[in-house]
Amino acid sequence: MSLDLNDIQLSNAQIAWRAAQDIEDGAYVNLGIGFPEMVAKFQPEGREAVFHTENGVLGFGRAPAAGDEDWDLINAGKKAITLNPGAAFFHHADSFAMVRGGHLDVAILGAYEIAQNGDLANWSTGRGGVPAVGGAMDLVHGAKRVAVITDHVTKKGAPKLVESCTMPLTGVGCVTRVYTSLCVVDVTGGRFVLREKLAAVSLEDLQSVTGAELHRDGEVGDLVVPELG
Amino acid sequence: MDKTVTTAAQAVADIPDGATVMIGGFGGSGAPIELIHALIDAGPKNLTVVNNNAGNGHVGLAALIEQGQVAKLICSFPRSADPKVFTDLYLAGGIELEIVPQGTLAERIRAGGAGIPAFYTPTSYGTDLATGKPVAEFDGRMYVQERGLKADFALIKAEQGDPMGNLTYRMAARNFNPVMATAAAVTIAQVSHVVAAGDLDPENVITPGIFVNRVVHVPNPQQEEVLNRQEAVYP
Repeated sequence: MSLDLNDIQLSNAQIAWRAAQDIEDGAYVNLGIGFPEMVAKFQPEGREAVFHTENGVLGFGRAPAAGDEDWDLINAGKKAITLNPGAAFFHHADSFAMVRGGHLDVAILGAYEIAQNGDLANWSTGRGGVPAVGGAMDLVHGAKRVAVITDHVTKKGAPKLVESCTMPLTGVGCVTRVYTSLCVVDVTGGRFVLREKLAAVSLEDLQSVTGAELHRDGEVGDLVVPELG
Repeated sequence: MDKTVTTAAQAVADIPDGATVMIGGFGGSGAPIELIHALIDAGPKNLTVVNNNAGNGHVGLAALIEQGQVAKLICSFPRSADPKVFTDLYLAGGIELEIVPQGTLAERIRAGGAGIPAFYTPTSYGTDLATGKPVAEFDGRMYVQERGLKADFALIKAEQGDPMGNLTYRMAARNFNPVMATAAAVTIAQVSHVVAAGDLDPENVITPGIFVNRVVHVPNPQQEEVLNRQEAVYP
């Protein structure tokens, strides 16, 4: 293969930046723990999203300075947070009513595998150890858009966009858009539709590191992301 | 009416071997550390514990597990910064684990407290966690049947409580506490401040006293996160 992904692929921060550009002004958004939390840092100027954390806060802001933590005020990743003006607290059953009841505009999660029909595997590798699901299986149902941010391939180079998932599913047919380190793909009609790709990667090379057919529906845009240090 | 109890030890003294105990909190936030430690001192065994997590470090729920008092844990996410106590026991076959998606766990508790024996949710449909559960189609979409969840006792943490059992909470420490208060035969609340009946604005009561049986004053409650940074161990 002519392609060395390490030379061209986006960093996690750059993938998070690209996902943040699609969050509309006024959107209610849940970010999964870990990598997806970075999306909040890249909200475009002039847009106000309200972030939901499943442990019972709407409208949280940045992390407090070290030493200023209040351990009654944390996010789903158990990290200390602060509140933005207009924040609200609620109990867990109300929190998941927001999730399942269709009140969130966007949920952004990580992934082990995404299938072309929108199936997502992101909670268990199926290889033993201690199972832990948290809120992932709830979050993939109910949000108007369920987006995934991920490297395009695993650390060993295996495709993460596949025809069907081999790992235990988090949800069936739930993912609507995938932002990878190489491209942006919509999941629609049981197939991956390529919307944007890095100019430095050819369609053939992109297909060669993708485990299912990439379809085109109109023009494929350039995936353009700023340097982010 | 006066539901106040003088000490945490008195509040948990009648929790027997084999009881099902809901314990509030999400990680350390909202965890009733003093009530859990009183339960360790009291020493009942073979407990079934319902909590979002499986403890962190060697205090609170982790300490209860470390003392060998928990036979079964029902939770959504048995991982934490320091999950060694639970992980070692689980991998050695020393504790049973029922994994429940977090929103399903909250709704099972809510349903249990609201007299709803079962309900349908889209969560977990088509996954390993739906194995063996009835499914049904509503309006063209598939759902999984889940059962309501009740407990013999709930140990919860609140900010203010009055002798009637009315409670308020502090920030994100609310989490599972109000729903668990509704789902147990006996709900025991530790509160940072006890106020007189009439001092809480009825508009601001989060848990009405009908759901609460005992109120214990625990001023300046310990935080699991702080204890773990001090590498505290209980007992």
